[in-house]
Amino acid sequence: MKLTLTGNQSNAWGVKLARVQVVAAYPITPQTTIVEELAEFAANGELDTQYIKVESEHSAMAAVIAAENTGVRTYTASSSHGLALMHEMLHWAAGARLPIVMGAVNRAMGPPWNIWADHTDTISQRDTGWMQFYVESNQEVLDTIIQAYKVAESKDVMLPAMAIEDAFILSHTVETVEIPDQELVDEFLPPYDPPEYLNPKDPKGFGSLVMPDFYMEFRYLMYKAQEAARKRIREVTKEYAEIFGRDYHGLVEEYRTEDADVVMVGAGTMISTARDVVDKLRSEGHKIGLVKLRVFRPFPYEEIQEIAKRVEVMGVMDRSFTHGYGGAMFNEVKAAVYNTDARPKMKNYLIGIGGRDVTAKMLEDTFRNALKVREHGLDEEIMWVDLKGGE
Amino acid sequence: MVKTTVPRDEYMMQGHVACQGCGATIAMRYVLKALGDNTIMTIPACCWAVIPGVWPQHSLKVPLLYTAFEVTGAALSGIEAALKAKGQDDEINVLGFAGDGGTADIGLQALSGMAERGTNALYVMYDNEAYMNTGIQRSGSTPFGAWTTTTPVGKKKEWKTEFKKSVAEIMVAHRIPYVATASIAFPEDLYAKVQKAKSIKGPKFIQIFSSCPTGWKHSPDITVEVARKAVLSHMFPLYEVENGVYKISQKPKPIPVKEYLKLQGRFRYLDEEAIEKIQEHVDREWELLLKKEEFTQSL
Amino acid sequence: MRDKPYKPKTWKELPYATITDVPSTFNNTGTWRTVKPVIDYDKCISCMICWKFCPDVAISIVPNPKEGAKFDEVPKIDYFFCKGCGICAHECPVKAIDMVQEESK
Repeated sequence: MKLTLTGNQSNAWGVKLARVQVVAAYPITPQTTIVEELAEFAANGELDTQYIKVESEHSAMAAVIAAENTGVRTYTASSSHGLALMHEMLHWAAGARLPIVMGAVNRAMGPPWNIWADHTDTISQRDTGWMQFYVESNQEVLDTIIQAYKVAESKDVMLPAMAIEDAFILSHTVETVEIPDQELVDEFLPPYDPPEYLNPKDPKGFGSLVMPDFYMEFRYLMYKAQEAARKRIREVTKEYAEIFGRDYHGLVEEYRTEDADVVMVGAGTMISTARDVVDKLRSEGHKIGLVKLRVFRPFPYEEIQEIAKRVEVMGVMDRSFTHGYGGAMFNEVKAAVYNTDARPKMKNYLIGIGGRDVTAKMLEDTFRNALKVREHGLDEEIMWVDLKGGE
Repeated sequence: MVKTTVPRDEYMMQGHVACQGCGATIAMRYVLKALGDNTIMTIPACCWAVIPGVWPQHSLKVPLLYTAFEVTGAALSGIEAALKAKGQDDEINVLGFAGDGGTADIGLQALSGMAERGTNALYVMYDNEAYMNTGIQRSGSTPFGAWTTTTPVGKKKEWKTEFKKSVAEIMVAHRIPYVATASIAFPEDLYAKVQKAKSIKGPKFIQIFSSCPTGWKHSPDITVEVARKAVLSHMFPLYEVENGVYKISQKPKPIPVKEYLKLQGRFRYLDEEAIEKIQEHVDREWELLLKKEEFTQSL
Repeated sequence: MRDKPYKPKTWKELPYATITDVPSTFNNTGTWRTVKPVIDYDKCISCMICWKFCPDVAISIVPNPKEGAKFDEVPKIDYFFCKGCGICAHECPVKAIDMVQEESK
């Protein structure tokens, strides 16, 4: 079945197909239409779920943590300030090893108030232990929700995951979306079978005090789980492609990088536009390619290291500003390559902050700038793209 | 067999790590006696987040979800929703067990949300009248006149200068089916109230006065006596509010509040004027409670 | 719940999450005690008030070992757990419990 859906509707469809048993959510622009759609599904009996109308995002995450710990599949969604309010409980969900999946709709942080696309909200949650999938299209939103549950609930993973879509560009924009058959989804994603849960017949405690003698080892288990997740994401994406015919290439998707001297790395909706820009520059004879960071957590260091061996320049586009020396994606890409023999020049482009449209023209200028780095060397490491008045 | 006033079954195990003479453990013991082991419990940050023991130890015969300080109410809604999804909501009791800081202060929003949403769960606030687990800091539930580490008296005699917030009355204002106060000094009454709460569907709230030798600066052997005198002096009246109708559980001829205050080091700085102020406040609150009982009888 | 204490040596022996399943009854909280309650069974009236108020569930109700005694059951203190708070002695209506100083071993 094909439907025309907004990114947020597509997100809700993913939740419905995943047969989520408990939803807890609180409204915030631009996420709200996800939970409205889910409320409609529940009210019409199309989705057999318990919908908790909580009084804050913090409580939304707390409620799904408690529900998931009681042994059911759960979902919530948020954006920006709502995600920031959840921060404490995001740590809790991951530390408690609960495979919750949430829809995160990227929006800038205030002040000043700004409701448009910007990755600062989710990038700021990169240290919580959640897996992060940055998606590019409304179709990918739906497919990622289903895949995320499969990865998260794997016994060797048991970590929560965010399916992340850009505000308005996806959330409120209609695209054609292929709805997979429920039976096929059911086969791909069987009912949640938690290894442990709150059970009066087997009374255990969940999340007690752990002294310094073992806290570190429990954190190490989370590290091992992220390592296992990198493998699982590749397997699950492949399996999904075989069944449903859409391949998202694991953690990183490369576009025309096979003989590239210069690659541009980015995440989210800018990737779609960037594909066209790569085509244009290729038609002019430039050996340029594109790397889509689909998954930022677990970080795809192996893929990045392998690409770095083949190229002379890596331009990393961050749609967030994290007040450090360059963007977070730039820093992680650079760090992953530093101790290898590869020595591509690396340049950071801060782009599309606070919902500034990332136009084809803007990307073309950026990509040409990266091509220039190849010819003339690195002039500056960090560049604010489309900054009025220049730097 | 000797007749006991409360059942013999125990769901709180020996070997927990509460302080000597801890009132909050007596509260837990009787709440669980009344609810039984077909219960799922959640506990936020508070003394009871530590009392069950360090990993991998557990001292309760019910499954326990530890959670963050301010989320007990939300966690209750989550557990209830999951049980509904599994079709087990009619058979398993859902219990939140939180301290006064986690209830009156940081957790008030989630508690209010849970009550307004109509979550079918029992929320127990064990009230030891300060943030005891972090080392005796004042909470919204600390009474007027108390020394705490953040109301340290000092040369300027700055004890807690505000009266205790009534969380029970806040919960009555939510129009939930059952609100009660109880005391560890009256286990039969406490047990009966939890049993009644268990039989009612919807959000239930019980505030249990739980003396704390460590924080109140009294010797551990008088834990129960202190709690008893709080009731006998009308400092902490025992009552229940069922669908808005007040019923005072006992109307003792009051002993002076001074008899209660003088047992505890936290009040030892108080001068006659301050004690008089507390007495007036307690008398006024008691009158108000009597009026509420009278006024709501016709409901 | 496990039937004995569990002391992992490496991260490989840990459960995937911090799940507690060792009963606290292996904890010898009796070592905290500096004074010890001793019941005088000649005075005890088996009212079980001591049992009722024990915060540590360290007092249990057991058959009276004395044959033909007035009460068929008596309270018994488990010193492995008793922390010596003294509530039992303070609440006893017939003063049948003495708090006795613990001596160094």
